[in-house]
Amino acid sequence: MTLQSQPNFVHYPETASQTGGPYVHIGLAPKQAGFEIFDNNFGSVLVTPDTRGERIQVEGRVFDGSGSLVRDVLVEIWQANAEGKYAHPGDLQDKAIDPSFRGWGRTGTDFETGVYTFETIKPGSVAGRGGALQAPHICVILFARGINLGLHTRLYFSDETDANSRDPVLNGIEWEVRRKSLVAQRSERNGKVIYNFDVRLQGTPDGGEETVFFDV
Amino acid sequence: MQIPAAPRSVAYGEFAQHPPACTPGYKTSILRSPRNALISTVNTLSEVTGPVFLPQELGPLDNDLIMNFAKGGLPIGERIIVHGFVRDEFGRPVRNALVEVWQANAGGRYRHKNDKYIAPIDPNFGGCGRMLTDDNGYYIYRTIKPGPYPWRNRINDWRPSHIHYSLSGDGWAQRLITQMYFEGDPLIAQCPILKTIPSEEQIRGLIALQDTANHVPLDSRCYRFDITLRGRRATHFENQLQGAK
Repeated sequence: MTLQSQPNFVHYPETASQTGGPYVHIGLAPKQAGFEIFDNNFGSVLVTPDTRGERIQVEGRVFDGSGSLVRDVLVEIWQANAEGKYAHPGDLQDKAIDPSFRGWGRTGTDFETGVYTFETIKPGSVAGRGGALQAPHICVILFARGINLGLHTRLYFSDETDANSRDPVLNGIEWEVRRKSLVAQRSERNGKVIYNFDVRLQGTPDGGEETVFFDV
Repeated sequence: MQIPAAPRSVAYGEFAQHPPACTPGYKTSILRSPRNALISTVNTLSEVTGPVFLPQELGPLDNDLIMNFAKGGLPIGERIIVHGFVRDEFGRPVRNALVEVWQANAGGRYRHKNDKYIAPIDPNFGGCGRMLTDDNGYYIYRTIKPGPYPWRNRINDWRPSHIHYSLSGDGWAQRLITQMYFEGDPLIAQCPILKTIPSEEQIRGLIALQDTANHVPLDSRCYRFDITLRGRRATHFENQLQGAK
């Protein structure tokens, strides 16, 4: 069979990306921009009382190449449920969907403190390619003024050392010293489990190491 | 056991079609761009799946920017309709994609607490909308044509009229944010943000064309803007994305 005989041979270039700009909140987080417009807002709380799994809070800050806080970032996350199943018809793993968990959320870094926060659950392990198992992780994407193409990264968990050591994506990072930039640190505060995940868009002169970003 | 059809991987990002991360003419990119190369990965379930949105999550006026913030009057400015198709690289419609748009008002002023431009807020204009594509990948919304806008890059830089777009397609790897411009705007040729894009052809892909045939007489003009997201490839000789069982 030749390529030309396939009905899908036509190919169009992907529409070019552009920065989200400083006012990305108007469209994607209008309350943070300072006004109410939609009855139903997408936000940073991924859980309802019925959601299954361990409640966690993911929080962090984003820094630029001078070590300064980036206060106008739009952060989105995408993750599996507590069993390691994505709420999407393309996930054919033999695991249960959690009807109370979409697995997606978005928020902005605070204009004053630069902190972003998600209320979610700790995801289970998801199948990788070829029978490998991926360590629990959350997919993260960042958009902001000055970022021309959304930056993809992954958040892993500091209390999953064994699983992390076998994770095919982490192990695909040739420079072992860079892998730790993807591991969120677990702590507890007022009875809540917190994972801190700071992102450095660019290495800093004082030794702050750049976060690993992926071409997915 | 019969393995169900594996989800197909998404075609890899072709970076020649996008702006590089560091584009010094757009000054903010200098300190906000990684210095290391992106790490390329093969798709897993994490990248080929993505959030699913339901029609009932949206309100009836969410795609009508003329009416969705009107407080007893209509917003001031050029009434326009924008419509088009969202397809993937292989020409297939992207169904149920979440399309979100935001923009300045007719004078180039954004309704945002950090925008201090002297042009006034329009009390009847919010500036954001959203919709889901239908089974043909089609979307449509109505708005006021945004005005150009000055910004501190070089001291006399002005953005062309533009509408920001966010697209959430069928998979996380398709996630895209971009901007749409208007045919014939002389500011397009001078814009440092547009100039981050490496080819003229890709810049043209962001310019909506006036769709005269679809003007609404004595009411609104119309622009046509189609969007291409990354496509799913057929899985010819491997079935390992899922993890064989």
